This record gives sequence, C-alpha cells and structure tokens, in this order.
Amino acid sequence: MGAPVATPPASPPSGGAPRKPSKGLPQSGSTWHLSDRIGLAICWALGLLFCAIAVAIVAYLFVQGIKYLRPEMLFTPATAGFSQGQTGGFSDAFFGTLIVATMGIAIALPVGVGVAVWLVEYGRPAALARVTESTIEAIAGIPSIVLALFGTVIFSSAALGFLSRTSEGVVFGRSFFGASAMLSLVALPLVVASTREGLSAIPQHVREASYAVGKTKIATARRILLPAARPQVATGAMLGLGRIIGDTAIIVVLLGATQNFAPVEGAAFPFNYLRGAGTTLTNFVYEASPTGNLNQPEKAYAAAFVLLLMVLALNAAVDIVHRRARKVGTWSS
Amino acid sequence: MVVPAPSHNGNGAATPSGFSGARRSIGSPQFSIRRMEVDQLSVSYAAREAVKSVSLPIRQGEVLAMIGPSGCGKTTLLRSLNRLTELTRTARVSGRILLDDVDIGLIEPTLLRRRVTMVFQQPNPFPMSVFDNIAYVLREQGSRRQRRKTLEPQVHSALDRAGLFEEVKDNLDHPALRLSGGQQQRLCIARALAAEPEVLLLDEPCSALDPQSTQVIEDLIVNLRDDVAVVIVTHNLQQAYRIADHVAFMYLGDLVEYGAATTVFGSPREKRTQEYVSGAFG
Repeated sequence: MGAPVATPPASPPSGGAPRKPSKGLPQSGSTWHLSDRIGLAICWALGLLFCAIAVAIVAYLFVQGIKYLRPEMLFTPATAGFSQGQTGGFSDAFFGTLIVATMGIAIALPVGVGVAVWLVEYGRPAALARVTESTIEAIAGIPSIVLALFGTVIFSSAALGFLSRTSEGVVFGRSFFGASAMLSLVALPLVVASTREGLSAIPQHVREASYAVGKTKIATARRILLPAARPQVATGAMLGLGRIIGDTAIIVVLLGATQNFAPVEGAAFPFNYLRGAGTTLTNFVYEASPTGNLNQPEKAYAAAFVLLLMVLALNAAVDIVHRRARKVGTWSS
Repeated sequence: MVVPAPSHNGNGAATPSGFSGARRSIGSPQFSIRRMEVDQLSVSYAAREAVKSVSLPIRQGEVLAMIGPSGCGKTTLLRSLNRLTELTRTARVSGRILLDDVDIGLIEPTLLRRRVTMVFQQPNPFPMSVFDNIAYVLREQGSRRQRRKTLEPQVHSALDRAGLFEEVKDNLDHPALRLSGGQQQRLCIARALAAEPEVLLLDEPCSALDPQSTQVIEDLIVNLRDDVAVVIVTHNLQQAYRIADHVAFMYLGDLVEYGAATTVFGSPREKRTQEYVSGAFG
C-alpha cells in the first residue's frame, strides 16, 4: 500500500484528444450495444403505447359520456320501457355505489390502519404478526367472487338475519350490509399495505424523540406517526375505494343486483334500504351493455362515464393530500 | 504502527498531550449539584457488551461531554440514562442509575423521560406547527385538550430558553419542518426543555449542522448548565474542549478516563486517552 503508482483518474482510454462530449444519448463507439438500444426503444414504445391506450379509453368515454349523460339520470330511477328514452336513469345504481363505497371504506379504513399500526409499531407476539401478514396477503389474492360466495354463507346464517331480508325463517342474505362488509375485505389489504409503507418510512429517531419526552407508544402513533403517514393512508384509502366501486362480483352475488333498491318493509330508515338488495354502477353498466338484460348501450356509456369521473376524482384527491404533505416538509434521513 | 510522540502538528498551539486546542468558551462552574449517579452500569446487546461497568456522576451546573471513537458505547450509555435502551429488545442492562437518589428502574419510564429528556443527532421536529411541537410535550399523552391560550406562556418560555423565540415569534403556526436545520435543532432543544427536566441529554446535536448553527447551539448549551444537568455525546473533540466542564473518554465499552476537561485534554492520565485526543486513532 502507498506505492507511488500514479493512476490517472478517468482519463481517455487511448492517449489522444479527449472524446467529444456526448449529449443525451451516447454516440456511436460508446459502450452502448445494439441490444441496449433495441431494449431502450422497446421500453419507449411500450410507454407510449400504454399512454395511448389510457388516453384512448378516457377520451372515448368522455366523448360518449358527454353525448349520452343527462344530469337527471343521476336522480331518476330505472323503469321498464321499450326504448332507451323511456327507461329513466340509474339513480339507484349511482346511490348504491355511493353507499357501498362509504360503508366499505368506513370498515376497511379504521381496521386497516389499526392493523398496520399494530404490525409496524408493536408486532408482538411475532408469530401472531406473521400470521396476520400472511392472512392479509391471502385476502388480497382471493378473487372477489370467492369472497362473495363465502359472504352468502355468512350472511345467510340465522344469526345475521337482522342484516338482510328474512321471510318465513329463511334469511335472504343479500343486502348492502353484507356486500359492504365483503367489499371492505377487498379494500383492506390496500389500506394496510399503504399505511405500513408510510409508517415504515418514518425515521426511528422521530419515534424516539416522542418517547424521549415521556410519550407512550399509542400517543406517539396517534399524534405523530399517523399524521406523518397521512398521505400514504389516503393513498391506501383511495386505492381501496377504487377497488370497491369497481367490483362487480360481490354486487351480483351479495347485493342481489336488482334494478332498483329493494327496501325491507317494516324496517326503519335507513335500515330498510341497507338491509335490502340493490345495485351499483358497475352492475348497471354490465346489465345495460349489449350482453346484459337491458341492452341500452347509451345508458351504459353514461353510467361508465360517471364511474370514470369518480375514479379521476379519487386520483385528484390523493394528489391534493400529497401536495399538502409536501408543504409540511419531511425529515432529512 | 508507531505511537506518535506528543508533538506540534503544524497548527501552532498544541497542549502537552498533542491536542491542538480550541478555545474554551466555558468558564468554571459557579456551583454543582449531583443529579444522577451511574453505578457499575453494563449494557449488552445479545452477545456484545456495549458498556462495561461504568460509574460516573452527572451534575447540574456542569456540562459533561462523552467522547470516544464510534461504537465505544457512549450513545448506549446516554440512552440508558432515560431508559431508551429498553426499546431495543436485545438490550440487557445491569447496574444502577440513580436520579436524585432514586433508582431510575423504579420510576415509570414516561415520567423518567420527562425528567431526563433527550435531543438527537438528526433534527427531528414533529410534522406540525412550531407551537404544537412544544404544546405536544406539555399536553397529557395523546390529548388535544388545554387551550392554546393556557399553554402560550410555557411554549414561549421554552422557545425563549432555546434562544429561538425572537426568530420564530411571528411564525409560530408555520410547519416546524420548514425551519432551517439549526433552528430545527434548537426547536428540539426547546421541546426537551419544555418538560422542565432535571437532566438534558444531547446525542451529537451538532453533527448535522453547519459551523454557524453549531456555535449558536454550543453557546446555548453553556448557558443551560446552571438550570439543568447537561450531558453531551460528541465526536468532535474541539467541541468537547470548548464547552465541557467534565469529559468522559470511552473506548470499547470501558470508561477509560473521567475528569475535568482541562485535565483530560491537557494532561491525561491514560495512554489511550492521550492517543485519542492527539488524533492517533478515532
């Protein structure tokens, strides 16, 4: 060590004039192989292709949606009729979507955040934490139609008869309660994963700073960690909401997929509606499309456009939360 | 490797040990009251012993600096003073630490940590306003109760003690993470002082800061020593020399030397101390 061998740092390989500075892409004669170039070109092309697909979907639905959507459709229930002008709107499907989204996330968000806090901040006993993790991964992997079938078994049981319609001792099992409960399972893994990511990104010394002024773990989680992880919690909630409003299988199997609300007689508002069957926009789009029973494509486009607007609004909301968080700043690592 | 003889290293004024001295910015203590007593403390992580049977006093009216190379156990020792070591599952602590003659093992950790507060290496204000950063400490656990009005005097006085009030008094509602690094660190000191502690622990509080902010914080530390016992861990020997009354030199978990700063830097008893302060290793 320490031998006086002068190694010139990064000099041109051949002792001549320094190489011409390349701008952006490397010039010929560089270390770039033909295969690298082809690979990069394919990546570019794929990126452009996906952009084009997204733009095409959104543009097409916007054009069709603006053409066919009338605001009154959101407030007129569907009725039977022989032409598309006579079948009313899809208010029940629209409000059905709002109901399952609200109830689904109202279950998934607190439960998911609670599970994430427990996993990241406590995680004891370790065996239970491992089981919880794999359970949540398993739920994330189960197709929603399977969840729906399982849900019918659960919610048709006599003990849960108060959550749906019961007639002559038979529990119908299909209701907004049941569908929302199962849909919350669809959203739960997304909420948990995103919240965990947010909590794990907080440096350990920030937690310790809170413990070091005499705060308990739970106070630290409530007042410091969860507010700091708010953008990721919001992202998880929005992704979960997107999955809930986009799901069809659970709606068909566990909500009854009726054309209109089917409130339970004799129950008090709003439980008469929540215990009854109903429908959502995704199911309406399916039924109104040429493959469905209604075959009224104009309404299908209008309803699909409403769904698209909802998803775009969710994306915008996530953006706003993230932008606000950037204003508050973060720690240097 | 030959141990270099104590010599001048080109910087001019060198102390007899070879420590190229900084100027001391601390006068001799006016008084000193023993607040904590570390007695035969050992801390180990799994199989590794990080602190080996260390005993030393911590006094109000003085600044105690802990120096030593990385991994010598000084931060572990600091963290055991407010039982933060307990957050590390593998950590095992033996020996006794007394706070005002009471074994800290008998004090509820949340209460202990309000009496022995801590400032960390990285400035870590909470993601809330400047005001709320202090108010959080004053409030009961996770509570939001207690109006701003009632907390205002305490918040202002904590900021004032940390020399930050004049700079932020018009921006108390601004996000704390938008302050400069030096201001953030002083906010963390204000936060630690808001609990009215008896002992203030500082874990390399200036290592992430520029020289100017460092100077401001050093002056602040010197001013605080009469109100609160100050313990600072530092990698920076000049810093220890500038602001410490007593210095504890640790090496591989052992407390090699403990004594007055002028003695440890000027004429250390131990050879290892002399080598370290003269820059032979570290």
